[in-house]
Amino acid sequence: MNLKIFRGFAVAAVVSVGAAGSAAAAECIAPANPGGGWDFTCRTIGKIMHDIGVVDQPIQVTNMAGGGGGLAFSHVVTKRDDDPELIVAASSATATRLAQNAYGGLTADQVRFLGAIGVDPGVIAVAADSPHMSLNDLLDAVVADPASVTFAGGSAVGGFDHLKVLMALNRAGLTDIRTVKYIGVDGGADAITQTIGGHTQAMTGDISEVVGFLKAGEIRVLAVFADERVPGFEDIPTAREQGIDVVAGNWRGLYVPKGISDEDYMKWSNALQAVADSDAWAEAMAARGLAPFNKVGDDFQNYVNAVVAEIEQMSREIGVIQ
Amino acid sequence: MAILIPLAFSFGLDATQALVLMTSVYYGAMYGGRISSILLNIPGDEPALMTTLDGYPMAKQGRAADALVLSGVASFVGALLATIGLMLMAPILAKVAYLFGPPEYFALYLLAFCTLGGVSAKNQAKAAIASMIGLGIAMIGLDNQTGMPRLTFGDLHLMDGIDFLVAIVGLFAVTEIFVFIESHGKESAIGVKLGKIKVPFKDIAHSFFAMLRSTVIGFVAGVLPGAGASLGSFLAYMSEKSIARDKDTFGTGNPRGVAAPEAGNNAAAGGALVPMLTLGVPGSGTTAVLLALLLTLNITPGPLLFDERPEVVWGLIAALLIANFVLLIMNVPLVRLFVKILSVPAWLLLPGITMISFAGIYSLSGSSFDLLLMTAFGLLGYFMRKLDVPTVPIILGILLGKNMEDSLRRAMVISDGDWTYLFSSGISIGLWIAAVAGFIAPMFLRNLLRKPTRPQS
Repeated sequence: MNLKIFRGFAVAAVVSVGAAGSAAAAECIAPANPGGGWDFTCRTIGKIMHDIGVVDQPIQVTNMAGGGGGLAFSHVVTKRDDDPELIVAASSATATRLAQNAYGGLTADQVRFLGAIGVDPGVIAVAADSPHMSLNDLLDAVVADPASVTFAGGSAVGGFDHLKVLMALNRAGLTDIRTVKYIGVDGGADAITQTIGGHTQAMTGDISEVVGFLKAGEIRVLAVFADERVPGFEDIPTAREQGIDVVAGNWRGLYVPKGISDEDYMKWSNALQAVADSDAWAEAMAARGLAPFNKVGDDFQNYVNAVVAEIEQMSREIGVIQ
Repeated sequence: MAILIPLAFSFGLDATQALVLMTSVYYGAMYGGRISSILLNIPGDEPALMTTLDGYPMAKQGRAADALVLSGVASFVGALLATIGLMLMAPILAKVAYLFGPPEYFALYLLAFCTLGGVSAKNQAKAAIASMIGLGIAMIGLDNQTGMPRLTFGDLHLMDGIDFLVAIVGLFAVTEIFVFIESHGKESAIGVKLGKIKVPFKDIAHSFFAMLRSTVIGFVAGVLPGAGASLGSFLAYMSEKSIARDKDTFGTGNPRGVAAPEAGNNAAAGGALVPMLTLGVPGSGTTAVLLALLLTLNITPGPLLFDERPEVVWGLIAALLIANFVLLIMNVPLVRLFVKILSVPAWLLLPGITMISFAGIYSLSGSSFDLLLMTAFGLLGYFMRKLDVPTVPIILGILLGKNMEDSLRRAMVISDGDWTYLFSSGISIGLWIAAVAGFIAPMFLRNLLRKPTRPQS
């Protein structure tokens, strides 16, 4: 308790100092606790925006965890709808949850998606001693007998890791995707552990999650769901090369409130584009294992709309939504 | 969650320094959680939960200082041996995690729940009811295996489930406040007697083997990702109780009931670093923060970390060893200072606790909803206190219930609903036998074997 006391005071002090010192500064909401992907997006992009001078004052990061990003989303829609000094971190998880109506009835068109400037491409991996040598080997085995393979992934059933597998199987000719066996465990590393241990046959996740195990030679990555081979991982074939046309990655991006003016929207999208073009961002991406991905402004909004539509349809098929 | 404070300072440091800072705080927090458990009957963090069971009764008997010194020594033994274990065996131990799939985890959690009946010395049915309530609360939130929200009534605040810290602070601290108000301070548990401060060599010697046994149990629980420090301290306490000859004194201030969970939780904290470093799998919320720090420092945890970044790993281990000695040296003499809290009059102490409870919980999520929830837990705890139902099983139900359910359902997905899969490995069979033979069977046999029951004192 005494430690929490301390923490309570420390947080209160930091918050009050922060609020007093930066009345005019813009704010970036990370809809999760410190340490995760959304937190990284806010802190890194916010810092680079200030360093390269596209914003006057450092961007203040607020962590607002809850409801898988839903609390922050509802906060923006209901309380901050016309705040021009607000950006919010988003990723494919945001789009997935919006498509599945997991934000308590709120929809993707209640905010404006600003852009995404990096992506953690999706992968499918098996244990090093697995009989499945290529993506087609694995997918054909599932099509022939869906009960023979269990996939493990870091997201819950219906989450993005699950959907990636279903998209690939759909392209491979599986008609009833509900027969696919998938278990949601606590994160990508846990999914790999289960797969190496032989409890599950394949792992679905993001490329950054498999790096350590790949180098140790304990797993074989069958495919990466990217447009082309990922820099630094040239040995891993894309799914497209193997005839499975799926591009799915966990993009790192931002949205802004719906009610801001077009000028403000332009201001933020220019700022984001400037970050994307900076050397500092290239370094940050390399350190984090992110691949280039650059969609800013209306281009990105259209992309999100298309993704949401596909996920919605797929979720209906597997029964995650009615 | 004290670990979040230095996170802010760590960004300017190089990798090893930042990691050393964070893990030292991590160990320090594991030591510190026990203090309020013993003095105020309010656990400082979730692994310190079990320490309230015997630590607080000891304090009430005027042996607060003894309990603090003893638990400090137990923490030291647990943490030191776990650090040595980490040092010598981490790469090998990482393989243990591979052996644990859904059926093995399910059996492990089941073992923990089978021991729950023993938490309450007087009435096992009440302990069972309490753990059911905890299990029920654990069901709230997004269901991992279907992606559907359960019992959330469409409220986004309930989507992530109920944070066990909200439950702990509510059930312990807020309940204490209600009891205090009702009795105008007379019946309050706060305000224990203060005895003379000396090193309780006899207790330390007497519970030394308990510490060693608990260290082994805690360390193994820590190495398994998903089990963690709470399970470590819990299993250490319960197994110590089940082999003790003086079972009846557990829960009434038995020194071994203080030493066992403290050695167990500190050993588990050291053990939890094994899967974090070698697999990148965090076993708890705290190791998850450490893991995030590693990633921001561009250190990729994995099977090769010990070979690729030896300076980071060995720097970390050296720091842990030093931190341990420093913590022991700090903790034992500081007992004098800690027990001073008991001389603060209740009319001052309780409002302080109230304020800190609210500020602490609000700082976790920044949500006023959690404050209401915490108050509701306080009310629940008040009524349970009146009905003499123990609250510890509720917390354990919340902590472990979701994991147990997930393990079972994952096992059922993998095996297409074949229940024999639950007994498909040596490890799971062993855990089932331990659960049934060690804890369930005695519950029924005891009534047959025992002499006519004595009236409860």
